[in-house]
Amino acid sequence: MTALTFTLKQRPAQRVDLSPLVCQKLAGLSPTDIAALELDSGKRKIRVDELFTIAGYDTQQIVIKNSYAKLDFIGKELTEGEIRIEGDVGSYLGLGMKSGTITVNGNAGLFAACEMKKGFVQINGNTGDFLGAALPGNKMGMKGGTVLVKGNAGERVGDHMRRGVILIEGNAGDYCGSRMTAGTIAVMGKTGRYTGFAMRRGTLLLWNKPELPATFNDCGSHTLAFLPMLFASFRSFDSKFADPAAVFNRVRRYGGDMAEMGRGEVLVRL
Amino acid sequence: MMIINGVTIDKTFAEAFPMKATRAIITAQNEKWAMISAQAMTGFATSVIACGCEAGIERVLDPSETPDGRPGVSVMIFAMGGKGLAKQLETRAGQCVLTSPTSALFAGIESDKPIPLGKNLRYFGDGFQISKVIGGKRYWRVPVMDGEFLTEATTGQVDAVGGGNFLVLAESQPQALAACEAAIEEMRKIPNVIMPFPGGVVRSGSKVGSKYKALGASTNDAFCPTLKGITKTDLSPEIESVMEIVIDGLTKEDIDKAMRVGIQAVCDLGAENGIKRISAGNYGGKLGPFHFHLQEIMA
Repeated sequence: MTALTFTLKQRPAQRVDLSPLVCQKLAGLSPTDIAALELDSGKRKIRVDELFTIAGYDTQQIVIKNSYAKLDFIGKELTEGEIRIEGDVGSYLGLGMKSGTITVNGNAGLFAACEMKKGFVQINGNTGDFLGAALPGNKMGMKGGTVLVKGNAGERVGDHMRRGVILIEGNAGDYCGSRMTAGTIAVMGKTGRYTGFAMRRGTLLLWNKPELPATFNDCGSHTLAFLPMLFASFRSFDSKFADPAAVFNRVRRYGGDMAEMGRGEVLVRL
Repeated sequence: MMIINGVTIDKTFAEAFPMKATRAIITAQNEKWAMISAQAMTGFATSVIACGCEAGIERVLDPSETPDGRPGVSVMIFAMGGKGLAKQLETRAGQCVLTSPTSALFAGIESDKPIPLGKNLRYFGDGFQISKVIGGKRYWRVPVMDGEFLTEATTGQVDAVGGGNFLVLAESQPQALAACEAAIEEMRKIPNVIMPFPGGVVRSGSKVGSKYKALGASTNDAFCPTLKGITKTDLSPEIESVMEIVIDGLTKEDIDKAMRVGIQAVCDLGAENGIKRISAGNYGGKLGPFHFHLQEIMA
């Protein structure tokens, strides 16, 4: 079966909520049913076929073409299957995702992979603020799964993150890993100011020495046995993180945030 | 009657019991220290009668076979029940692996019944322990004085078979021991089995019951060479020494294989090296559901 493909006809002026177009909600629907689904856009409702030309049948494999930065909530609470997006996406990509795979061949907006529970999200471009974070007011961000960003990430990566792995090949903005409860964030590029701010537990694995808050304390240089195992788990990814040359086990360890419970760590490659 | 290289194979069988088993992988900076830790962990674990479990080193692992890419040793522990197994695993891991310099501890077997490996040892970290889920498996990093103790949270528990055995009857003690050493060397090459007694060999085989009410088992007088004249003996006059090899394995087939190569190694030495007979220990076939018929195994 060919992938169910939605090709955007024209760019609507208002943002569009694409949350109905996930594999589990489309499974079993006929092409006419899918065409008749309504999407929220501003105060209007737009039929799917008004916005997209639809081709293919396989609801486990969804492709969105000509996507742009106002298509929000793509892959919301995805529980199965695969969504591939050609172009940029809006905010809330993979919000609360439970399983499956999302690949974006473009940039993502705010709150990508936010409150994600399981599965794999790959963003081949840049991503906005609050990657893998909690929604405003919520106390728990990403709870599992893996996010790979090939470009740069915005501010507040992994805010309130609880479990899972975020891999960033480029740079991360300010407050990377802020208020983290646990989990792992790895950044190959540079990080902004206040890295690890109010971090409780969890690991920030950095290739470059960050600007840390004064409430992080130096714990010295160490060889950590879990690092090669962590890198080994990235080996299947199409990423610089999979490169055997990227593997290291020698790090400088900074503990903090001592203004919080202080069980977090920032590991900087030596 | 079956005779191999002058060695008579008795028409009898070894009787074995269902047990619960687990496997763990110990790694360290080098093989020497992985082995030291493994030896400590599998120490005092010859028989469930008084040790609580039977444990042994299965084999040395190449760095390419271990989760963290360091030299390692795989150990197996067998117990009569799942609870006892879990308790033995935890106390042994805590006292013998956690304490051992540079060690790390990983699951060595998968099953749908996980039992705690480092899951509770983490509390040694006094709140400084760190959990990492890597590739779907949970690991604990416990800060210790030499750095960090890395351990997988759980390992698997599987149904297994314990108590496979055979007896080597020889004309002298040195000849019996030499034959058993040859057998153990071959049997250690078989995966999924351990020979839990010292060096794999037991010289004090037992029978069920005793004249003393407090004891459930006592010396197997029918195979004691010094009692040939005064008890209902199983030994012919020329036998001067008997030694036993006990095998625990994950399946009956694993024990079959180990017994076959072990008995073959003994028979290869043959009558010219003083080996006269191979026999086996059983309880009349009423107690254990697994029967290893020597002649069938060697057929």
